Amino acid sequence: MPDWLIVRTFWDLTVTGLALGSIYALVALGYTLVYGVLRLINFAHSEIFMVGTFSALIASTQLLNIPMLEDGNYPYRTGGTLVLFLVFILFAAMFISGVGAVALERIAYRPLRGNGDAFGAIVLAFLTSFVIGLIFVNETKANLIIACVGTAPISYSYLRFFKKGKKAPRLAFLISAIGASTAIAEAVGIWGPNRREQYQTPRILEKKVLFNALGTDVRVDYVIVIVGALLMMTALTLFVNKTKLGRGVRAVAQDAETARILGVNVDLIIVVTFALGGVMAGGAAMLFTMVYDQSRFNIGFILGVKSFTAAVLGGIGNLKGALLGGFMLGLVENYGSALFGGQWKDVIAFVVLLVVLMVRPTGILGESLGRARV
Amino acid sequence: MKKSRIARASALIIGLSLVGVACGSDDSASDGAAASCEGVKIAFFGALTGEAGNLGVNIKKGLDLAVAEFNEANADCQVGIEAYDSQGDPDQAPALADKAIADAGVLGIVGPAFSGESKAVNGKFDEAGLPIITPSATNADLSKNGWKIFHRALAGDDKQGPGLASKITADGKMKVGVLDDASEYGKGLADIVQTSLGDKAVEMNSLDPESADYSAVVTAAKDAGIDALFFGGYYAAAGKLAKQLRDGGVDAQLYFGDGVLDKGYIEAGGPAAEGSIIGCTCAPFDSNATFLAAFQAKFNEDPATYGAEAYDAATVFLAAIKSGARDRASVLAFIKAYDAPGVTKQLKWDETGEVVGTAVYAYTIKDGKIDGSLGLIK
Repeated sequence: MPDWLIVRTFWDLTVTGLALGSIYALVALGYTLVYGVLRLINFAHSEIFMVGTFSALIASTQLLNIPMLEDGNYPYRTGGTLVLFLVFILFAAMFISGVGAVALERIAYRPLRGNGDAFGAIVLAFLTSFVIGLIFVNETKANLIIACVGTAPISYSYLRFFKKGKKAPRLAFLISAIGASTAIAEAVGIWGPNRREQYQTPRILEKKVLFNALGTDVRVDYVIVIVGALLMMTALTLFVNKTKLGRGVRAVAQDAETARILGVNVDLIIVVTFALGGVMAGGAAMLFTMVYDQSRFNIGFILGVKSFTAAVLGGIGNLKGALLGGFMLGLVENYGSALFGGQWKDVIAFVVLLVVLMVRPTGILGESLGRARV
Repeated sequence: MKKSRIARASALIIGLSLVGVACGSDDSASDGAAASCEGVKIAFFGALTGEAGNLGVNIKKGLDLAVAEFNEANADCQVGIEAYDSQGDPDQAPALADKAIADAGVLGIVGPAFSGESKAVNGKFDEAGLPIITPSATNADLSKNGWKIFHRALAGDDKQGPGLASKITADGKMKVGVLDDASEYGKGLADIVQTSLGDKAVEMNSLDPESADYSAVVTAAKDAGIDALFFGGYYAAAGKLAKQLRDGGVDAQLYFGDGVLDKGYIEAGGPAAEGSIIGCTCAPFDSNATFLAAFQAKFNEDPATYGAEAYDAATVFLAAIKSGARDRASVLAFIKAYDAPGVTKQLKWDETGEVVGTAVYAYTIKDGKIDGSLGLIK
């Protein structure tokens, strides 16, 4: 064996690569689920992840009152308190991300599917008149008043505009996705308390070395991330394969029209799909803040691109593919960094993607949510 | 039908822009003619938000204080402030620079704050003859572009880098990892430090400041067995890096340049930031008692990195306006001839725009605060 950095530190890189890969995989599930059901790349999914990190932050600092530092050290918790706190933060992040994903579907996508309802129209109208207000006044309170006044006429015209049953062209969904993504991230960047600066999340889990294997210290946070991600993915797979709603998801993924004729409530299934993706992204966000103690208004951007890559790598629309793609991408990035230097990390990741797509255009495991067995 | 509509639309646009141009030139004409300070402004240019926004906020406060003091002392000459928030992004800076150049009231710029954006826009300012004094952009090469309008209120990285290297050597470090964030400033400074360290340096390439995960860097640092690490970059990435290095069991002494000298580093790094050594060609915030008292009275807090340098830069512009300079050319001529003590150092520039004083200071983080007791490096 040559005395290269990658050889000397192989297992170290493997552990950290798998940990980051688990997070990629969880976020990738959201892209894959929505693509499988709607054939839509939900670019705003990265912002659902970002919302999850902020939910974890707010749950820790506001609801659990955890300080950033205690006597100059991290606010470590131990034993039952630690488990309870971690689980609480996890559920908070999953819940808010799930709700966020459903709201996103309602506001940004459903009107385009020709199923726009009063809720989506009112929220959209409020946002529209808020943005129009920004042109004239730059004071939050005045803007809010303008937005409220403008909501009624604009939502009326939106409802007229979104004619029932008239579906917008595919490109419109893409633009809507990109727009929603930018709008959510920028809103946090402009109105969040730290603006565009980084946020810190308090660290309650002491990052102790759990065991030493193959000459590598394995830290407890990495173990939790990898095991947690695998558990969540197992739960998701069981849900999709074993429950009635899961069967609906698979049916709509196979053929939405036939599923509708056979009595599947397609709109409900779409909501469930977005919620599932959001919950997974929320779980990923909590695990992310646990390992990296940080968030930022655009934290989802790079991570979202990587996770989308992972989904394509494994075969978009394929749940197992998302898992495989996530792990592969995390590992390839780490090995690549060790071989060529950290600045080449992204280049290597995308070269691998290109090579895989040249050999297998539908990804490693192929595109399938409904068609093949999940 | 379609064609005529396009033609009508473009006619309308051209018409509107002509009106805009006409209005614009009207404004500048009246400004130039007036002898009062009507419309005279000093601009801040740099990041107020974004990854390293704190540093820009410090600068803006120094400028605000200088202008407020001036306006209080000169009731007949009220100088305005314009702020261009580039987010420290070299891609966003050029459009803002055009805006600043187009505003004839702007007679001088305190900034651009960072080296990357400076490289992107100083050429534009030079063409427009708009004088700048940067209180913070230290990249060594900035003064080598032949820009007549360029000045900086502190020494560049060609002074900071060797200063840092001599500090690292004096601390007895034998194997020093050198890493950067691939930015104009970070890479420039890291290269100088690496050259000055000679064979004590271990090249560790670059990291992505936007990335959350530096585990590959941590692994490489562990593997190299370094006893010190220098990172050229800004405070947000430095904080994340420090934390992950300590988590990964790397206990090498950490050294940084002036881009890390901010409370944001302490927030991001937490306990891992303790004991880091940070170099800066900027003066300790309490080095001038009058400035310190005035700053505390206005903002109810201590000045931070570059605040005093920005105050100095603004003072020079204000002195030019006080002397009767009402256009960019005469402000520039005034700066070229300037030679007076500021709150941080003697303010006098050579023909490349480098300030005469070359002091490098070392700071450390102690009990969650920036501590200046290490004093001058050389």
